[in-house]
Amino acid sequence: MNLSRKWLSEFVDIQASDREYAETMTIAGQKVETTTRLDQELKNVKVGKVLSIVRHENSDHMWVCQIDVGEAEPVQIVTGAQNVHEGDLVPAALHNSYLAGGTHITKGKLRGVASNGMLCSIQELGLTKNDYPDAAEDGIWILNDEGVTVGQDINTVIGNDDAVVEFEITNNRPDCYSLIGLARETAAAFNVPLKLHEPVVKGGGPGCLPELLDVETPDPDLCLRYTARMVRNVKIGPSPKWMRQRLRAAGIRPINNIVDITNYVMVEYGQPMHAFDYRYVGGGKIIVRRAGADKELTTLDGTVRKLSPDMLVIADETRPVGLAGIMGGENSEIAADTVDVVFESANFDGTSIRKTALALGMRTEASGKFEKNIDPMLTLPAVNRACELVELLEAGQVLDGVIDILNYIPEPVTLPLEPEKINALLGTDISEADMIEYLRREQVPVAEGMIQVPSWRPDLRRMADVAEEVARFYGYNEIPTTLMRGATTRGGYSDSQKLENKAGAAARALGCSEIITYSFVSPSGLDMIRVPKDDPRRKQIKLLNPLGEDSSVMRTTGLPSMLDILARNYAYHNKAARLYELAKIYLPREGQELPEEPKLLMLGAYGPGESFYTLKGTVEGILSQLNTQALRFEALSDDPSYHPGRCAALYVGDQRIGTLGQIHPLAAQNYGMDCEVYCAELNFTKLMTVLAPEKTFKALPRFPATSRDLAVVCGEAVTVGALEGCITEAAGKLLKEIKLFDIYRGVGILPGMKSVAFSLTFRAEDRTLTDADIEPAMERVLKALEEKLGAVRR
Amino acid sequence: MKEQLEKIKASAFEALEQAKESSDLEALRVKLLGKKGELTAVLKTMGKLSAEERPVMGQLANSVRAAIEARLEARKTELAAAALEAKLAAEALDVTVPGALPELGHKHPMNIALDEVKEIAIGMGFQILEGPEVELAEYNFTKLNTEEGHPARDWSDTFYIKEDSSVLLRTQTSPMQIRAMEAIKHPPIRILAPGRVYRKDEVDATHSPMFHQIEGLVIDKGITMSDLKGTLETFVKGLYGEDSVVRFRPHHFPFTEPSCELDVQCFKCRGAGCPTCKGEGWIELLGAGMVHPKVLEGCGIDPNVYSGFAFGIGLERMAMRRFQLSDLRLIFENDVRFLRQF
Repeated sequence: MNLSRKWLSEFVDIQASDREYAETMTIAGQKVETTTRLDQELKNVKVGKVLSIVRHENSDHMWVCQIDVGEAEPVQIVTGAQNVHEGDLVPAALHNSYLAGGTHITKGKLRGVASNGMLCSIQELGLTKNDYPDAAEDGIWILNDEGVTVGQDINTVIGNDDAVVEFEITNNRPDCYSLIGLARETAAAFNVPLKLHEPVVKGGGPGCLPELLDVETPDPDLCLRYTARMVRNVKIGPSPKWMRQRLRAAGIRPINNIVDITNYVMVEYGQPMHAFDYRYVGGGKIIVRRAGADKELTTLDGTVRKLSPDMLVIADETRPVGLAGIMGGENSEIAADTVDVVFESANFDGTSIRKTALALGMRTEASGKFEKNIDPMLTLPAVNRACELVELLEAGQVLDGVIDILNYIPEPVTLPLEPEKINALLGTDISEADMIEYLRREQVPVAEGMIQVPSWRPDLRRMADVAEEVARFYGYNEIPTTLMRGATTRGGYSDSQKLENKAGAAARALGCSEIITYSFVSPSGLDMIRVPKDDPRRKQIKLLNPLGEDSSVMRTTGLPSMLDILARNYAYHNKAARLYELAKIYLPREGQELPEEPKLLMLGAYGPGESFYTLKGTVEGILSQLNTQALRFEALSDDPSYHPGRCAALYVGDQRIGTLGQIHPLAAQNYGMDCEVYCAELNFTKLMTVLAPEKTFKALPRFPATSRDLAVVCGEAVTVGALEGCITEAAGKLLKEIKLFDIYRGVGILPGMKSVAFSLTFRAEDRTLTDADIEPAMERVLKALEEKLGAVRR
Repeated sequence: MKEQLEKIKASAFEALEQAKESSDLEALRVKLLGKKGELTAVLKTMGKLSAEERPVMGQLANSVRAAIEARLEARKTELAAAALEAKLAAEALDVTVPGALPELGHKHPMNIALDEVKEIAIGMGFQILEGPEVELAEYNFTKLNTEEGHPARDWSDTFYIKEDSSVLLRTQTSPMQIRAMEAIKHPPIRILAPGRVYRKDEVDATHSPMFHQIEGLVIDKGITMSDLKGTLETFVKGLYGEDSVVRFRPHHFPFTEPSCELDVQCFKCRGAGCPTCKGEGWIELLGAGMVHPKVLEGCGIDPNVYSGFAFGIGLERMAMRRFQLSDLRLIFENDVRFLRQF
């Protein structure tokens, strides 16, 4: 809502600077977004009197003028306009002046003659014919009839000696979308009187309103109130300067006196109004109804609008003539030859107006106000104010009487003033008298302990609402500052959050940086990672109104998100990246409205030195920090997202926890990456269910350990895991640790075979081991390796 | 003989002085003091001396031996010190060569900022809570006193999952207020619920269709608006320093009454007005208010017995201010050159 401070001064007298005004209003609850001084654009443009005008000696269309701008010496200005005469008053932009749009004017020479400025047209002053209908279409603006004095700053001539204050109006205060509403707030914030004006209509126009006009409201649920008056024998013309200037400050283009009056009243009261040409109200009948069978309507702006049956229209006996509360129809528009006018001042259901405006993509000033559910009591004073202005402007003859259909029962709302409860809620000690005073300032009377809630304050319904009013004028910043008392609570993280913190810390210690990616993704991500058509991950939650295809489904895997980020870094020529994200996936659940939202730990890496084993090591490192035991990796060759020979399924006990490996080159290619890319996806939520209990201390060994190195030759197909398993089983409980230290292929080893070397550590808890203890174990190990895996000592 | 001894001593001292290494010293020791050494050789001739001369010479010989031994020891220490010094000098390193640090990972700046808030909240007894992001309209709107037809419910603003507008992506973390009250049931309740939220905004320097909020809720007997002010001031001072200046402004949210917004005085201009605060001198930080009695009633909590306050902080804006980020898109771009800076 934009407010002209000059217009505001008609209702309240305040002497605050723009900054003070903004500050005071903001603190009192009407937040000022911006304040725009209107006189900041035009600078050093003054009213000048043409003392003489002679033909330019080197031009047949230019004139050399001597202009009196109220200074000791006249100023010489050359103009190309043909409508200037000696004695005319004109806008003169002097040397070093600024015009609309920031045009900078300096002195110079025009065909050899000095010109110390420029005479201006209305366009150069940022005005249009709408603002000044009498101004020359093509030429200098002649100010002879504008009541100006020589030397006057042009800003004061055109009403730019004003500031426009832009307020952020909150949803609960529809009354503040009006000048009067904001004047009321201003009066309360500054504690000054509010000067309101009761419209007075003389009336007496020819004819009898009930005979000329009939209004029906067959859909009372959508039309709470319909108020109308008629004006006959109108003289369509421009509205007076003061009205045009105020409308311009409010950001509204002046059109003609009748339309300007409806807009003026809308700004003043916040009540949208509409003026129909009576000629086109067929049968003298206005019917406010749902569109029903009517399929279209051409609105004032010349656009054909497709109607749906539930939209509310204003119709005559045969056809719609306007979209209720949004825009009038072209077919009943006020024209230069309009004779009789119907003023409509109605109250429509906000939700219905909003839905219609949204469906038709046409939010107007009027619909914007209606959708806030404005006060239905406004229709009558607003229509009277419009008629009063008609009489003031001598624009027509107002008929006696008002058509006023009320489809609701206005009930006065009262509620008790409860000072103790208010003080208890605010933590204050404000007296009842002060509370009553604060409410009085807001025009909310209190009588015998009961608050009489005005019709324009639908937000005052309970004690807490009143408490806010009291707090606003007592001052939010005057309320004491205390800390909570009462029972202490055990704050902190949940167990799962603690684990997440741990996992994050471990991932970072292992060189992974944290990323945050969108939860909604493109459905094509699944194709890019080569997920089969019947895969359960294809069952994604779809957004019905996404911003675009790229963010249209909730992810069921974290892989595409991670690959997107890796690919972006790769495209940016970052040599390496090692990343993690701890975030949710969204899995639809049969028969439930809301999906399951398990958390994933995603890891991703590319770059020099990255391999399957660095990734695996990172996963092992993180999981060991989380105290995960009985970790198992099994080769996985049938996940199409991964390299068939470099992928493992991860188990903790019997639970499948995740997958890790090198991304399949074809999938990597889909992301524009031609290097080796490694990813791991771990179901963090599941992982939490299989963690080992807290770590406890085990006594340090008291006896030394003995090591034996063992190298065996076996077939390529025999895995290190199998060898380790076999050794562990055969060695017995003296074997404490088994460590792979070499895998060798080449000279001395037959093709298809490999040599694998381990270091075995033996230890007993109760004595120092001797060869006699270890040799039998080693023999068992060799025997088992040979028998079970065909592996023989090298 | 006396001359002989004096000569041995003099030449020994000279030889010791010239010794360069500890091995030289050992050779000298053998040569001078050993069984076949010069001093021993002289002593062997003691028998030829008279009975009067013998003790005198014996004493002299012993003092010469002691002097040589002492000098030998002293030289040993000197040479060892010199050798160590030489070794250390040879081992000197260029300390400006970069350290051999394994590459460390970095926490995302958003979570650094979030952790700071969590830390303060936990200190005040808040429990950190999480909840669903695909949410019921019932929780996201209805139970938060945001009736049917409210503009926030528009399909142009909110992402919907079901045609009848009953399931959506939560537009705020405020539904966690309802979920907390329903789960905990009996106050006192003090929760902090950070998380992802979604609104239909196109991506630009200050907007993202997915962003993060931090919701706070306190319910107990006798909670007042002055408690709200004190608690939030504690948060702000914890985050931005003890000398931060805050102000409270009336505002409107459907689920709180009275409602407010908290501004913090601009750090750059200290309230004078500058480009950072768009000339206002203040920067909007968060929204808050006393929990609306209708919301309490809807969760089965008697507003005549209990009261409470709630607040919501936009995490992106906070992190952007905290790290002076100019563009929100950096946060979701995840460029490692960006991440490594934190």
